[in-house]
Amino acid sequence: MPLVRLMRRPFFWILALAIAVFALAPVFGNNVALREALILDAVYITLASNLNLMLGYAGYINFGSIVFFGLGGYTCVWLVNSYHWPLGASLLVAGVCVSVLALIFGLGILRLRGAFFALATVGIVEAVQAFAENFTPWGGSSGIYLSGDIFTPLGGPARALWVIYFMMVAVMGLSLYLSYAIKSSKFGLGLLAIGQNEDAAAILGVPTPLYKALVYSASAFLPAIAGGLYFFKSAFIQPSDAFDLTLSTEALVVAMLGGQGTVAGVAIGAFLYEELRGYLLTSSMFANFQLFVSGALLLLIVLFFPGGLMGFIYRHFPRTQKVLE
Amino acid sequence: MLGVLASIIDGVLVGLVYGLAAMGLTLIWGVMDVINLTHGTMIVAGMFGLYGLASAVGAPPYLALPPVLIGGFLAGVLLYWVAVHRMVGRPPLMSLLSTFSINLMLIGLGTSIWGTALFNVEVALPGFSLGRYTFPGAHILAAVLAALIAASLYLFLQRSRLGKAVRAVANNREAAELVGIPTTRVLAITVGCGVAIAGVAGMLIGTLFPFTILSGDSYQLKSFVVTALGGFGNPVGALFAGIALGVLEGAVTPFVPVSWTLVIEFALFVLVLVVFPGGIFAARRGAL
Repeated sequence: MPLVRLMRRPFFWILALAIAVFALAPVFGNNVALREALILDAVYITLASNLNLMLGYAGYINFGSIVFFGLGGYTCVWLVNSYHWPLGASLLVAGVCVSVLALIFGLGILRLRGAFFALATVGIVEAVQAFAENFTPWGGSSGIYLSGDIFTPLGGPARALWVIYFMMVAVMGLSLYLSYAIKSSKFGLGLLAIGQNEDAAAILGVPTPLYKALVYSASAFLPAIAGGLYFFKSAFIQPSDAFDLTLSTEALVVAMLGGQGTVAGVAIGAFLYEELRGYLLTSSMFANFQLFVSGALLLLIVLFFPGGLMGFIYRHFPRTQKVLE
Repeated sequence: MLGVLASIIDGVLVGLVYGLAAMGLTLIWGVMDVINLTHGTMIVAGMFGLYGLASAVGAPPYLALPPVLIGGFLAGVLLYWVAVHRMVGRPPLMSLLSTFSINLMLIGLGTSIWGTALFNVEVALPGFSLGRYTFPGAHILAAVLAALIAASLYLFLQRSRLGKAVRAVANNREAAELVGIPTTRVLAITVGCGVAIAGVAGMLIGTLFPFTILSGDSYQLKSFVVTALGGFGNPVGALFAGIALGVLEGAVTPFVPVSWTLVIEFALFVLVLVVFPGGIFAARRGAL
């Protein structure tokens, strides 16, 4: 659906307002602590809403969405470190490369249906991690350290962190709009049909292998850029951080918590989850049980609230279905 | 030449254990179309059961077999009631998510209790020598035990009344229900058996190699490869495919770095699935 028609809908402006508030909240009073918390939220929302393209629309579970994040991070950090590329160009190249790679992979592994695809994505994580650990230009298992002066072109470290924050929020906003735009397009309808019944969709003329590969590739682009920004910010990348399975698990929990297949739900879910996680990390009792708690949360959602938060809201306030996507 | 022969023989020995592990996965898969993502962790639970009994209590390692078998069965029945029961008959993706979340909880508990340190169980058994090569006694005994357990599972499924009920439920759950088979109980028992087999396979692997709480991932991947090779829901196929995988691993190990072994196995998994969507020894309906 063209942008102009999306802009006639109230949800477009609700989303825009929320993103603007998100971006500007830490600016008042130069609140650095809030900024650091929100940048993590932005990472979660980016990962979860791109994962949702596969999970919520096409009904395909991707256990390895972290691969895009890590590969994007590696590509960007490598270009900045070894070839002294500017950040913007590195991010763009990282996004495009990872997307193209996902398209190539996708055309292969998306011939696997349903559960087999999910199993294959676990293997992709293993494969990419093994590649990163053995690839010498990426520093093998010790990773890449960026020198301190990389922030100079962005106006020194203090200013650079603000620039990175706004870029991350932009990536988050683009992710949400990508979800929204796809959901209201013919492409999105095709994906939803695949999610309902893939055979029926194919018979009715949805080019299922192509659509699946395209959405897999689309769901790689923005997480790769987010990964680039994230690891540029920490000025350090190594395989165990870049392909941390916890993060892709959390993205899954977030998407399910908010409500798979919805745009707003995933954002709210990310917010809630991050609050919960912050509480768990600071309380001494639960600090070691983070994985346990996300597992328990996911189990409860899957067993009792498969529609997530948005499913709950839709059921009790049916009118919201017309406004909230 | 002798070296190649030796690595093939060792591959067969280790492969029998891989095959046994995969039988646990493929049994549950075949009977109720549920992919048990706690499989790897259940394998690790078997390893830690072995460690607890052999190292802490000081019992001989192979005495851990009966307690692991019984504990695994109970854990499997519990798993069925918590995570699988509500998912049977729903889209397979939901059971994938529910077993995945149980797995997360177990891994979270395990890492906070044991950390990610490497554990090792010493097994002192005389080996068998062939020229310059020695096959460790533990490998031989593990392979023999794996073969015995696999054979008893086969006999259980083919000959016993309960085993026939399991196969009937796999074939057609509604028809089985109609002729008076208590399908829910049969499903719970099936998950119990699958997990018990995974646990015992883990215990046997624990006598061969050192392990950590996170080792489960790689063994789970191996089980998936074996399941794909052997045909989904086909325990006998799994055993032979396990041997094939063990031989392949033995043949590949001298030539590639260890971290690539898993990648090669995974590539094999995808390749097999793309070329033979039902697995190579594609199960006839009701092959179980």
